[in-house]
Amino acid sequence: MEATKKIRVLMAKAGMDGHVRGAIVVSRALQEAGMEVILTGLYQTPKKIVETAIQEDVDVIGLSIHCGSHMPILKEIMRRLRENRIEDITVVVGGIIPGGDREELLSMGVAETFTPGTSTDRIVQFLKERVSKVSK
Amino acid sequence: MDDDRFLKWLREEEKKYARMAEKMGERQESFTSASGIPIKRIYTPLDWNPKEYMEKLGFPGGYPYTRGVYETMHRGRLWTMRQESGFGLAEDGNARFKFLMKNGITGLSAGICKNTDVSFRDIDDPAFEEELGVVGITGISSPTLVDHEILFNGIPLDQVTLSINESQCAARNLAQYLGVAQKQGVPLANLRGTCQNDPLQVYHSIHYPIFPPEHSMRMTVNVIQFACQNMPLWNPISISGYNVAESGIPPVVELAFALADGIAYIEACLKAGLPIDQFAPRIAFFFSSADDFFEEIAKFRAARRMWAKIMKERFGAKDPKSMRLRFHVQTAGSTLTAQQPYNNIIRSAVEGLAAILGGAQSLHIDSMDEALAVPSEEAAIIALRTQQILAHEFNIPQTIDPLGGSFFMESLTDQVEEKAFSIIRQIDDIGGVLPAIKKNYFLNEISKQAWDRQKKVNSKEKIVVGVNEFQMEEKSPIKILDFDKKKALETVRKRVARIRKERDPQKFQKAIDHLRRAASGQENIVYPLLEAFECLATTAEINRALRDIFGEYTHPMVL
Repeated sequence: MEATKKIRVLMAKAGMDGHVRGAIVVSRALQEAGMEVILTGLYQTPKKIVETAIQEDVDVIGLSIHCGSHMPILKEIMRRLRENRIEDITVVVGGIIPGGDREELLSMGVAETFTPGTSTDRIVQFLKERVSKVSK
Repeated sequence: MDDDRFLKWLREEEKKYARMAEKMGERQESFTSASGIPIKRIYTPLDWNPKEYMEKLGFPGGYPYTRGVYETMHRGRLWTMRQESGFGLAEDGNARFKFLMKNGITGLSAGICKNTDVSFRDIDDPAFEEELGVVGITGISSPTLVDHEILFNGIPLDQVTLSINESQCAARNLAQYLGVAQKQGVPLANLRGTCQNDPLQVYHSIHYPIFPPEHSMRMTVNVIQFACQNMPLWNPISISGYNVAESGIPPVVELAFALADGIAYIEACLKAGLPIDQFAPRIAFFFSSADDFFEEIAKFRAARRMWAKIMKERFGAKDPKSMRLRFHVQTAGSTLTAQQPYNNIIRSAVEGLAAILGGAQSLHIDSMDEALAVPSEEAAIIALRTQQILAHEFNIPQTIDPLGGSFFMESLTDQVEEKAFSIIRQIDDIGGVLPAIKKNYFLNEISKQAWDRQKKVNSKEKIVVGVNEFQMEEKSPIKILDFDKKKALETVRKRVARIRKERDPQKFQKAIDHLRRAASGQENIVYPLLEAFECLATTAEINRALRDIFGEYTHPMVL
């Protein structure tokens, strides 16, 4: 039987935003679910995030954004992923993301938005299902 | 019946009661407070004997201040209704101030746009668009003195009290405010208000860009020194538990961390040669009020008693005013939900009530849209009305410390104090707050406790209505604050570019050079910061000048 490769997640804080509680708590949930989590520092630029994602060979980029800059940041991240011809990284975002922006984010290629109150169990489930779909 | 016989008798009676109660069964195996203190079924004089009244409680306005810092508390003067507000441009901030003032707030509190204020990147820098892309979402965008004058246009600064909620570099924000005061012709000695000026909590919890600890501490002390010399009505520091609580720790730990930080600031000021009774009377605190109603009240009471003891016994303060812990409370944003947001009105009201019963001097009630955006006008008004209803409709502020003497409340206050002091001792054993920061002590604690809390929510040990229980499909989302973000960014960008073009370049350069020299030396940093604003430097330019000398502190993310 094939050994299951651990899902690798880059947990990134972007924008001028110091709120880390969500990123920390979600990271711990993912770890407890058997995933490997790489934490970036704060105020990461889209360029740095994508570079690190490639370097660390991750399956998932998890963005945590509370400063309102989610649209320009995610637009730029998705653009850079396409530029590098990367199609198999799942991008998800949490934080303060107004419900009205979800559609546009999904149409950009973001896999899902996880807003306040989302159960960490749900995030774990979503990523497990999504990554296994992608790697088929 | 004498005391010993009375207690012996009571013990017997309590045993009889317990046997009856145990037959009934209870909803849970055990009950604990948010901080893990076991909560008993009933409390009696066996848990707290009123004989301890004078030693443990005293009267309001007297040592150990457990019941309140002033003799008349809310009977003399209600707490300041200080709603933090602001978004968008300085004009928008000004309009929101005036709207709230018209509707009865009694203190101003400016919410600041982080992208503008603590960034090293100027708004008219092309890279700003890519890296940050917006201004005014998290607060008011006010990058220059010109913007700040607009923010306070029509608001005479000697007629209001303002809270400047900035801690990465409060000296910068204070200087910007002083610039406006000077333009208005208001003497600095007439300014009333507070600046948060607490960088240690930033290292613990909110992680915005900041300078290395020794430089932050120097600037913190500079602000206190400046206020001692020039601003007798100003509170130059508001030592904060709020943001640390928000990052995931319960009330006892919040209290311990805040007081430990307070100890560090006192030591820094003493080291700088300030006599304790000169600066200590104007120290203030800032706490959360979260979702353990009684423990929060116990925390506020324990805080007063602990600080009084610390000031008297640890630091030898003589002036009774040095021993008084005065505090502002903000209701806990992290307890508010994106689901069924109208429920948040009730949450904030209950949390606000705890703050009032706990004897707060100043209160901000969070708006119902807290989990979604900066407050809309409608949400902001409801929050303010909550304060006014609590103040005027239920006879709440008629007596001081109404829960004082409750066997439960006194027992809980004692236990909160004991646990918090034991955490402070742990921090002392590491060598104090600064060494503990270097060892990631706070980050590790916070990460562990935040995760513990989340596990409790996941398992429904902790119920959050609408989130893990009593969920419902929500058909119409509430209307959140919306403003033309593109236009706001364009306006600020053009304004900054124009100011940069029109200002006297030599005066500007001279001011920036002076700021750098002061940063490398001993001069009180507030003066050159004020000069820099007067010469129309932007907040980003000021941050860069300071970074040239201080370096930048990269905060680790720790699991």
